[in-house]
Parts: sequence; C-alpha cells; structure tokens
Amino acid sequence: MSQSADVTLEVAENVGRRSHLARRMLKNPTGLFAIIVIALLILMAAFAPLLTSQDPDYADIRNILASPSAEHLLGTDSAGRDVWARLVFATRYSLLGAALATFLAAIIGVTSGLIAGYYGRWFESVSAWLTSLVMALPGLVVLLAARAVIGPTLWGAMAIFGVLLAPAFYRLTQAAVMGVRNELYVDAARVAGVKDPSIIGRHILTVVRAPVIIQAAIVTLIAIAIQAGLGFIGMSDPTIPTWGGMLNDAFTKMYQQPLLLVWPASIIALASVAFALFANALRDELERSAKPKKAKSKTKAAVNAEGAPAEVHAETEAAPRDLLLEVDGLVVGYDQPDGSLTQVVNGVSLTVRKGEVHGLIGESGSGKTQTAFSILGLLPEGGRVAAGSIVFDGDELTGKSVKQMRKIQGKRISYVPQEPMSNLDPSFTIGSQLVEPMRETLGISGKEAKARALDLLAKVGLPDPEKTFRSYPHQVSGGQAQRVLIAGAISCEPDLIIADEPTTALDVTVQADILDLLRGLQQELGVAVLLVTHNFGVVADLCDRVSVMQKGRIVETGPARSIFAGPRHAYTQSLFDAILEDGAARGSLSHSSDRHVNAGGAK
Amino acid sequence: MVQFTLRRLGAGVVLLFAITTIAYLLLYLSGGDIARQILGQTATEETVAKKAEELGLNEPLIPRYVNWLSDALHGDFGRSWFSSQPVAETITSRLSVTLTLVVGTVLISAIVSIALGVWAARKRGWVDRLIQVLSILGFAIPSFLIAILLVNVFALNLGWFQPTGYIRWSASPAGWLESVTLPIIALSIGAVAAVAQQVRGSVIDAQRQDWVRTLRSRGVRENKVIYKHVLRNAGGPALAVLALQFVGLLGGTLIVEQIFAIPGIGPLTIQSTTQGDIPIVMGVVVATGVVVVVVNLVFDLLQGFLNPKVRLS
Repeated sequence: MSQSADVTLEVAENVGRRSHLARRMLKNPTGLFAIIVIALLILMAAFAPLLTSQDPDYADIRNILASPSAEHLLGTDSAGRDVWARLVFATRYSLLGAALATFLAAIIGVTSGLIAGYYGRWFESVSAWLTSLVMALPGLVVLLAARAVIGPTLWGAMAIFGVLLAPAFYRLTQAAVMGVRNELYVDAARVAGVKDPSIIGRHILTVVRAPVIIQAAIVTLIAIAIQAGLGFIGMSDPTIPTWGGMLNDAFTKMYQQPLLLVWPASIIALASVAFALFANALRDELERSAKPKKAKSKTKAAVNAEGAPAEVHAETEAAPRDLLLEVDGLVVGYDQPDGSLTQVVNGVSLTVRKGEVHGLIGESGSGKTQTAFSILGLLPEGGRVAAGSIVFDGDELTGKSVKQMRKIQGKRISYVPQEPMSNLDPSFTIGSQLVEPMRETLGISGKEAKARALDLLAKVGLPDPEKTFRSYPHQVSGGQAQRVLIAGAISCEPDLIIADEPTTALDVTVQADILDLLRGLQQELGVAVLLVTHNFGVVADLCDRVSVMQKGRIVETGPARSIFAGPRHAYTQSLFDAILEDGAARGSLSHSSDRHVNAGGAK
Repeated sequence: MVQFTLRRLGAGVVLLFAITTIAYLLLYLSGGDIARQILGQTATEETVAKKAEELGLNEPLIPRYVNWLSDALHGDFGRSWFSSQPVAETITSRLSVTLTLVVGTVLISAIVSIALGVWAARKRGWVDRLIQVLSILGFAIPSFLIAILLVNVFALNLGWFQPTGYIRWSASPAGWLESVTLPIIALSIGAVAAVAQQVRGSVIDAQRQDWVRTLRSRGVRENKVIYKHVLRNAGGPALAVLALQFVGLLGGTLIVEQIFAIPGIGPLTIQSTTQGDIPIVMGVVVATGVVVVVVNLVFDLLQGFLNPKVRLS
C-alpha cells in the first residue's frame, strides 16, 4: 500500500499540467471500464428505491430460498426476503460505509500530513510514531475488539477503520509536502508574503491531488473488503442489508441454494476490481504525462552508416603486430517504440593489434562507450548492433548468443568500468566477486581461486589483500575499488582489456596511480588495451595508437605520435586546443554527462 | 547488529504496552452487564452482584489494569469469563494453528512471487502483462471470496478436499496437508499479487545496475547473475512488502479460518468479542501484538542478512 503510494508520489511530482487527465482516463480502456462500473454502482445505490418494488426487509417465511422468478428477480434468501431488493440496498449501505471510511481516512491523513510536512518538528515525530503503531495492527482484530465496545454498528466500524487507514494518506501527503516545501516557487510565494494556508491550498494541494485520488480508490477497495469480511462472519449490523451480510446468509445455505452466493460475491469482486483498475489506470496516465515527450528519432529504421572517411595516419612501425580486433562499419542503435532506430554509433571502423594500447577518444555523446559495449557484447537494454562486424582473433562476435559471448567475456575480453563504486555488487564481499569468475572461466577450485585472488590484490597494489578480500564494496575507497576491478579484469588472463574511462570518476591524486598501474600491468602481461577516454593527457601517457571519435564516427586514426605531431581533422585540433587553454587534464569535456549516458544507456 | 536488534525489541515492547493499554481502556469503557450475560437471564440479582465482585468488575480502572498488567507480566492472563479456561492455554493452542497457516502462506507466497516476479522481469512482453493483470485481480479480490470459491469448486464439486475441518500434523501429516491446502491457497493469492509486483520492479531495477554488466563481462553465467546477484539485491524491497502483507494476513486468516472451520485464533476472536469475554480479547490482543513484533524483528534480521550495509552499521 505504502509502496504504491511512494511510486505515485514520485510520478506526480513531475506533473505540471494534468488538466487533461480526466479526459485521458476516459480514453484509457481500463480506466473507462472502471469508471463505468463505479458509476453504475453509485447510480444503483442512489436510486435503490426506484430499482425494486420489493421491501428488502420484508421476510416471507413461506417462500424461503426461492429460485429466481418474475416476482423475485434473483429469488429469495433464507428468510424469504427478496434478493434483488437486498442487493440494491446493500450496495447503498456498503458503498456509503466504504465512503465513510475513505473520507475519514483522507481527511485525517491529508490534514495531518500537510501539517507534519509543512511545519515538521514534534508534530511529525508524534505522527510518525502513531503511524507505525497503527500500521502494526491487524485491522480486522482491532475492528472485532472495537465491536465488543461499540456493538454491531456499520458506521462505527467504518469510522474506526477510517482512522486505521489514515496513515496511507498521511505518508503520501507528508512526503509530497516535504518534497515541495523547499521548492523555489514555494519560497518565492512565502517571500512575496503569501500566507501559509493559501500556499498550502495553491501549491501543495495540487501536487498531492492525483496521488490522493489513487490512494482513495485503493482505500475504498480495502474498506469494501474488510466490511464484507466483517459482514460475512456475522459481525455487521443485522438490521442493515450489506454485501457481507448477504454473503453470510448465503454461505450458511450454500448446499440448498448455491446461487445465493453468486450475487453478493460477484458484486464485491466487481466493485473491488473496478476500484483497483481505476487506481491503476490513473497511475498509468500520470506516469505517461510525467515522461517527457519522446524525442523524434534521429534516423529512420534504415541503417545509415555514411559519412566522410576518417583521416588515416600512416603506420610508423617497421613490422606491425598481428591484428587482434577488427571493427568494421559498426552501427549501434536503440529501437524506439515507434519502430525507428536511434543511432548512436554510425559506422565505426577501428583495429587493435596484439599487445597494443589503443586510445578511443572523443567527447561525451560521441558513441565511444557504446562502441566499447558492443565489442564486449554488453549493450544496455534496447540497444543492438544494427550493422557492421566485430572480428576478434578471427572470430565474428556479432550475432553470437549470450551464452557464446559469455565464453569470450572475462577469459578473452575483459572490462574495466568507469565508476568503481557502482560496479561491485554491494551484497557480496570483494573476495567472492573475484573468486566466482575465476572458478567459472578457469575451472579452478575455490582454494586455488582464493590464492590467485590474493596474489592479484597484492599485484594491483592493495596494501592488505586479506582485509580487502574480506571487505564489502562499501568498506573500501573509490581508488581501492578501481584496483579491485582491474584485478578482476586481469584475473582470467584476457587478450584484450576494454577500459572505459578508468580514471574519470576518481580523485585527481589517485588518477595517476591507476594509470601507472594500468601501464605496468599492460607491459608485464603484454595484453592489448582499448582505452576509452576523453582525455588527451591519458592518451599521451599510455597509448600506442589513437582513434578520435565524433558524433558516432571515427574522424582520425593512427599512431599516437603522428597524431600528436600533426592533427589533421579540425575536431582533433579542437580537442588539443581545449587542453592547452585549460591546462587541466580534463579539458572542456564534461565527464558528468558522459557518465550519465553510460549508466542510462541510450541517449 | 546486537544493538540494532535490542533497539527494535525495545520499540516492540513500547508498542505492545501502548496497544494493550489502549485496548484495556476501551474494553473497560464498553462496560455492559457482563455478569448478567455470563449467568443468563434467570440468575438472581444477588448472584449477579456476587459474580461481578468475583470478577473484580466493581474495581476502578487503574487498579484493575495494574493488576491485569502485573499478572500478564508473570504470564498469567486470567481465565475466560465464560468457559473458565485459562486464557494463556487457550490462546497458545489456537495460535499454533493460526501460525501454521500464516507461516505456510508467507513461505508459499515468497516462493511463488519470486518465481513470477523474476519471470515477468526477464521475459517482459505478454508474460509481464499477464502477470500484471493477474496481480491487480489478486490484489483486489478479498481472500475470503477466493476461499469461498475454492471450497465450492475443489471441495464441494470436485471432492478433492474436505470442505472444512483441521487435522493436526501429529495426528496425520497427510491429513494436515489436505486440511491446510485450500486455506493457504486462498490466503496466498493476495500476498503473491503484492509481492510479485515488487519482485518484478526491483529485479528490473537491479538488472540495470552497473555491476550486473561487470559481472557479465567477467564471464559469470547468466543464471548466476540473476539468481545469485540480482535477486539478492532485489530481495530487500520485496521482503519489506512481504512483512506488510504478514500483518494483513493475520486479519485475513480470521475469516478464512471461519470458512474452513479451522480451530485457530479466528473463531476464538469472533466468539470472545461477541460475548465481551474481556480476558480472552486481551489475550488475543497481546498474542497478535507479540506475533507482529517478533515477525517484524525477524524480517529486519533477514534484511540485515541480505544487505551488508544494514548488518555492519
């Protein structure tokens, strides 16, 4: 209950205009169905006396448990009362009872939520405590105990239940108010001298309105259920026809007249489902309006890999090493709901030779991380290689299944991520996260794997391998976590490491250490590295060859020295200029937005 | 962790104290001529007055409550005013039956909702939509309606189960299983609906975490990534929803026990509240309160087990 409240709240916070919400609800098939059912039930309750000529309480003991007839549309119950008449009037009383509970819960919950959220302090602490107290109580037990006190009254029970359900509204409102209390427009209103009540009325109530309606539908459905439950066990007011009371009567005569059960059971189920669907449809519509309008796709579904050819610098080595990775005409895109494809990589071609460090440089949004993920076979949800080929050590990687790729991942191609802290599973120790892949890909025993893991942790420069092995990710620093991830990347002796901005998220003082470590390990192991970065300083430091990427294309590629000596493409030139102007290693390229892109996948 | 447990226990004791005090006060206010009710209309004024004296009904609220509380702290909850049975005994024997149902329901719904939630989160598409629709129905329709339906179809029409009654495990394990199957199914559906939704949501969230990609990049098998890593991280929120469901289940069992004529705490509660049998009602309040406090503690400890940040802080 509270979870759904939180979700709807988040959604509602983003909603500026919802004037069309009612209209959209009517267009939503589920919403329309729910509204029609609820409206019919309300009409039935309102016009109950017009819908039947029979007295719901008139008992004809000579005609009990009669089958449906012209006189008694749905037959008669165990006391010879007309079932249709009772059903119609029961709808009136049951809905009124549920409405009473919902109304009280909403009034108490919203009011106290507004006060607690807006003024806070002691009122909030007291309410929070009361809330947890009330929520710890099973409602039905309380209602039964209350019945011993107040007797069998429908209204009394529903009033108490309303109080018990108030926390549902309280939490929702309080959280919403806390959210907007310090918003600028509320501050502005306060500074402008607008009085508190009108701030609450104007700015805060509009935020909670839709979530409160959703919550009201849910609370109504719970009240209907509990009321019917009480009636069913014979605990409701016997003088008033209710759905639960009818169910009770029918249940005792289940063997003689099973049809009697059908009517109250169906109407309870129908009403409950209608309120649930209403809440759901309203939440869906709110979520939809909270989402920003879909950006028009950049390209149509047809793949577009054309563009100016890259500036290629001649190789400087006398005898170039063997090719390890050959990417050709790679196009990566994200399928959109309208069937189009948003391309993020538009025909990238690059080669990595055995044992070389290849820098893939470009600004955020240039598609370099997407290129790296496609080589790893780990594009985010919705992304796919739309065209081109990735040949690794003579083996075509595109089109391989998840299972086939898993044999290459870790063992042949491994990965060093950008953000060390979010790339370790917070629920497992660092040691277990190192041991697990080694046991799987190398097939060694747990003991061997542990020994290896400790060696690796020492090798990547962690001072106390035993301690780090036992630690959880939240117990180590970012720099240490990155060392752990590098240890993980080399643990299964890969041929190629894809390092995605391995130093960007780190403290400046740690960056140099990590680069030193990478260089040292690369030379020691002779492993090839594809280094994704936006930083020419890093490239100058480590790379043998460089590919410069812009807008999903490679614009210049060749030996690092040669590119540094004479950049040919204007974009490469501008990247150099950025370093020279700032002096700082990061240049003008924003790393925060780049990280966002990596985490979120598609742009 | 020890400190955390103690703090939660302390809060639980305060909660229990608050609940019992409020309940006692309300029951006291209800008054009514209990002694007359117990003895029936034919009893003389004199015997009624004697009975009232015997039950301590003439004493003022405070000493009566203090008496009850100090006895209760010593484990003595008095005797039923109507059957003269000791309250503690009556409640423990019935509570065990109710807890069997509730714990069974919690276990079954945990397993089923994990299976459904993970399935929906991984498959998406029509499986996901179907499970979503079923969840709404399962959430909306009250458990006792489902119980009535199950009795009609599987017990009365198909004859697969006895419609009512309860067989103790000690008497016949197979009989016990037969007698609890329908009640547990009826109770589970609502809980499954709520928990499966949460599992689905948190698995989808957890799957998008960076470390999932890194685990995959290390060559860890997909099943291990999902069932060991993703599920453990998705477990916390799901567990919280399950804990909330548990409180609701205590209420739901009351009615379901009545339908299946199971001698749990439900029929006792209904009977004692109708009669105004205050010692029993208070016993039920305390028992429910203790169960809620203990169960919440267990769920908190499970959270700690799943999440090292909770455990180690």
